[in-house]
Amino acid sequence: MVEWTDFERATIKDIFSKIDAGAVGAAAISRCLIVYPWTQRYFGSFGNLYNAAAITSNPKVAAHGKVVMSGLEAAVKNMDDIKNTYKDLSVLHSEKLHVDPDNFKLLADCLSIVVAAQLGSAFTGDVQAAFQKFLAVVVSSLGRQYH
Amino acid sequence: MLSKKEKGLIKEIWERLSPVAEDIGSEALLRMFASYPGTKTYFSHLDISPGSSHLHSHGKKIVLAIAEGAKDISQLTVTLAPLQTLHAYQLRIDPTNFKLLSHCMLVTLACYLGEEFTPVAHAAMDKYLSAFAAVLAEKYR
Repeated sequence: MVEWTDFERATIKDIFSKIDAGAVGAAAISRCLIVYPWTQRYFGSFGNLYNAAAITSNPKVAAHGKVVMSGLEAAVKNMDDIKNTYKDLSVLHSEKLHVDPDNFKLLADCLSIVVAAQLGSAFTGDVQAAFQKFLAVVVSSLGRQYH
Repeated sequence: MLSKKEKGLIKEIWERLSPVAEDIGSEALLRMFASYPGTKTYFSHLDISPGSSHLHSHGKKIVLAIAEGAKDISQLTVTLAPLQTLHAYQLRIDPTNFKLLSHCMLVTLACYLGEEFTPVAHAAMDKYLSAFAAVLAEKYR
């Protein structure tokens, strides 16, 4: 079981209360598709991903950002059992979507950067560490049902 | 592969941040130590507490080297030759750690530049820092 300090719990809840979830989700997915273009392989049905401008304004990308953020919000609500909360999502990503789990880390890194840009100096080293620990647990849970 | 436009963008960003090299560098290091405690093992001989002179001078050194490389990215191997030797034969930092510092450098830039750290700038910077790290590790074996 993951041990969370009071600081970590408070920090995660605080971040999610402060950020514009829709904007963060869309921005993080866009960044992932732009910074790590090979991730586009999973989004063949999204239409125009030819350049950064196209990706940033693509409505399917934005919609997917919302999907990802609601997944994260579920984890925030169940911080003490993310593993089980994500069991079906993990099976989905493995069996149906066939996503290489290394990609989860790429999206997590983009999320850190987007949140950093939004929160500025409030995103201190300790806040970053707590956020990244949370994302690491989410990433690990997503990869758990792969075999 | 960095395009001409990306090289220009990277050069411009580091030129602008060179005056605050110490702040950027020490912040990136502190973020790395907080998120990846294993990295602290390379600094047992220094005082890396927030605000320490060791942390600041070391952070400054790193950022100025990155900024120097950015002035002419096509000459990275030449510019970094002495640092390549230093890292390979003396420091021997495991290269996976370069990725960790690069990530924290990107987070620091995002905090500093906010909206200005666009996805295009982020992509260019990530590519540059990866290239920098790869060149740094070239003499390892």
